[in-house]
Amino acid sequence: MFEILTKEMLTPIICRMKVSAPRLAAAAQPGEFLIVRADEKGERIPLTISDFNREEGTVTIVTQRIGASTTDIIAYEAGESFADVVGPLGQPSEFIKMAPEELAKQRYILIAGGLGTAPVYPQAKWLKEHGVPVDVIIGAKTKDLLIYVDEMKEVCDNLFVCTDDGSYGFKGMGTNMLEHVVSEGHSYTQAVIIGPMIMMKFTTLTCKKLGIPAIVSLNTLMVDGTGMCGACRVSVGGKTRFACVEGPEFDGYEVDFDEAMRRQGQYKAEEAQTNEKHVCKIGRGQ
Amino acid sequence: MANRIPRVAVREQDPQVRAKNFEEVCYGYNREEAMLEASRCLHCKNPRCVGSCPVNIQIPEFIAKVAEGDIKGAAAIIAEDSSLPAVCGRVCPQETQCEGSCVLGVKGEPVAIGKLERFVADETIGQASATCAPANGIKVAVVGSGPAGLACASDLAKWGYDVTIFEALHKAGGVLEYGIPEFRLPKDKVLKHEIEEVRRLGVKIETDVIIGKTVTIDSLMDEEGFKAVFVGSGAGLPKFMGIPGENLCGVFSANEFLTRNNLMKAWREDYLTPIHAGKKVCVVGGGNVAMDAARTALRLGAEVHIVYRRTEAELPARKEEVHHAAEEGIIFDMLTNPVEVLGDEKGWVRALRCIKMELGEPDESGRRSPVAIPGSEFEIETETVIMALGTSPNPLISSTTKGLEITRRGCLVADENGATTRPGVFAGGDAVTGAATVILAMGAGRTAAKAIDEYLKK
Repeated sequence: MFEILTKEMLTPIICRMKVSAPRLAAAAQPGEFLIVRADEKGERIPLTISDFNREEGTVTIVTQRIGASTTDIIAYEAGESFADVVGPLGQPSEFIKMAPEELAKQRYILIAGGLGTAPVYPQAKWLKEHGVPVDVIIGAKTKDLLIYVDEMKEVCDNLFVCTDDGSYGFKGMGTNMLEHVVSEGHSYTQAVIIGPMIMMKFTTLTCKKLGIPAIVSLNTLMVDGTGMCGACRVSVGGKTRFACVEGPEFDGYEVDFDEAMRRQGQYKAEEAQTNEKHVCKIGRGQ
Repeated sequence: MANRIPRVAVREQDPQVRAKNFEEVCYGYNREEAMLEASRCLHCKNPRCVGSCPVNIQIPEFIAKVAEGDIKGAAAIIAEDSSLPAVCGRVCPQETQCEGSCVLGVKGEPVAIGKLERFVADETIGQASATCAPANGIKVAVVGSGPAGLACASDLAKWGYDVTIFEALHKAGGVLEYGIPEFRLPKDKVLKHEIEEVRRLGVKIETDVIIGKTVTIDSLMDEEGFKAVFVGSGAGLPKFMGIPGENLCGVFSANEFLTRNNLMKAWREDYLTPIHAGKKVCVVGGGNVAMDAARTALRLGAEVHIVYRRTEAELPARKEEVHHAAEEGIIFDMLTNPVEVLGDEKGWVRALRCIKMELGEPDESGRRSPVAIPGSEFEIETETVIMALGTSPNPLISSTTKGLEITRRGCLVADENGATTRPGVFAGGDAVTGAATVILAMGAGRTAAKAIDEYLKK
């Protein structure tokens, strides 16, 4: 069992939890993810690792209420335990393996959309700690859905925040923000884009236009997360790749986003049925 | 005389009824049936059945006990060589192993060794008889809790070793849990007890640990004090055909389909994991996994076709599984090979484009290889396609362990005792051979256990 040590609601639908998972915390790297199964009847849900502390033996996960399973996860309170937390899964971010002289030439722009801000955080933190110039764009639909704004300020050189409705920061989407930032004279050697599939698609197009190489982190469907099921297959440069073991990060220029979006919605009909029937049993007394 | 008694038929669930549920197909023998069937054994001086069993169970001896009605005695004899008799009695290909070499089979029907093993195991479930030597405090790690790992861990624990099994998934059992469906191997009624029995021997099972990601073999040996490691990580990576349209929505690997259904229990309404079968399913492949996927899809309410490029005679699946599948209403489209998956405007499968095949000259394996008939392409309309083309070993371990060599096919290199190219690291089962059977994996696990014991005593 994996105990939840702290829990806080970052927005009415986004929750941050620190979970005890010593083996996982000892091995985790930026860019990797984990899988949570709340209880015996739950799904295996892939979530990004938004922070880890090797000394404490803890990992931090950020979950947004989307369907039945994420609703169940969010219903857990500090002091309770998840049945399973397993990982780290996937490949660490590319910069982890880069030679110091290579790294010294880089200027990173990390572009986060909504919940994707959580996994951007450890990447910014790592780059900052290693003295690599790093700017961050956080985009959300509206002010209430912004997360990690204060935390992110601490781990990057320049933070740019935008909301679609202009309720906080720059009014516009991440793509508009990026064009604006570049037009003001900022230049970057590498973009990392993490957010909803549609946001990653269009932000990649903007990067292409601006001539910035773009890495995206794909949140595909998964069951085991270790290469067994193939639910996560994506076409990258015309080749089938498994996001769980070969990803989740890929060259955004090469990803077939339209196919990836279709595949992500493969179980929509079944999930709609489940959501209708599902009554969350957690936190209502046993 | 004894051998004039015909083989005692085993009772099974009616095909029409079972096609709609996940209850076990075969009911097994009752005591009277088992004793009668046991009386057919000739007790050959040189029992060929024992030599054909990958773990060399003393078959005539246990059958003699059954004939006497001493079921506990029979269980004790089986337990000397097998830690998973209730599993093997159900899923072993007896027709090509013990029963295949039974003398009675020359002119008539062999003794139903598998059904007798199953009867003994079911009768004595939870009443373990195996005992352990005093603890020696030497730590051995086993990677994977499938048949190879469980067999290896059981033997080592019996000899006094301090054994920990590391399992990547949340439940122990490996392919027995995620691959083989409930209607062939009930999980709570059968598998759970056999794994409990391994735990009772003192084996610790740590789930949710992915060797190669969560920890490495190097760290287990260098930092956690494990003196030897057995790798029984199986062959978990699904193969696809490499034809156009395979990434359309509605194309699944058999691994995904079966894992959702078996491990995640998607067939049960109270479990959250979704599964998609739809009205019509084509399963591509002809092995046991293809049969399992097909019969699962059938039970989820679909019309199911098995699409296979050779003929029924070449199907690699066990005869019993093919027979059961046909009885239940699975349609066999033989000499048919998919060339493309066709999609609709929403990116979902619409049809499977296939080509007709004919059998040509025998290849190196002796099987006549299928050859496409030019111009014979046609479409099978379908909602779902399940690829059951075999699996290969996962590179997570070989790629993260120093000094561990692999073959061209990604299998771990190991000698006949399971020793890999790295001292102290042994391997067996599908991780070494590529996808094979439960019992061969168990045999490899036991062989490696012996080698580990010898290595650690040096």
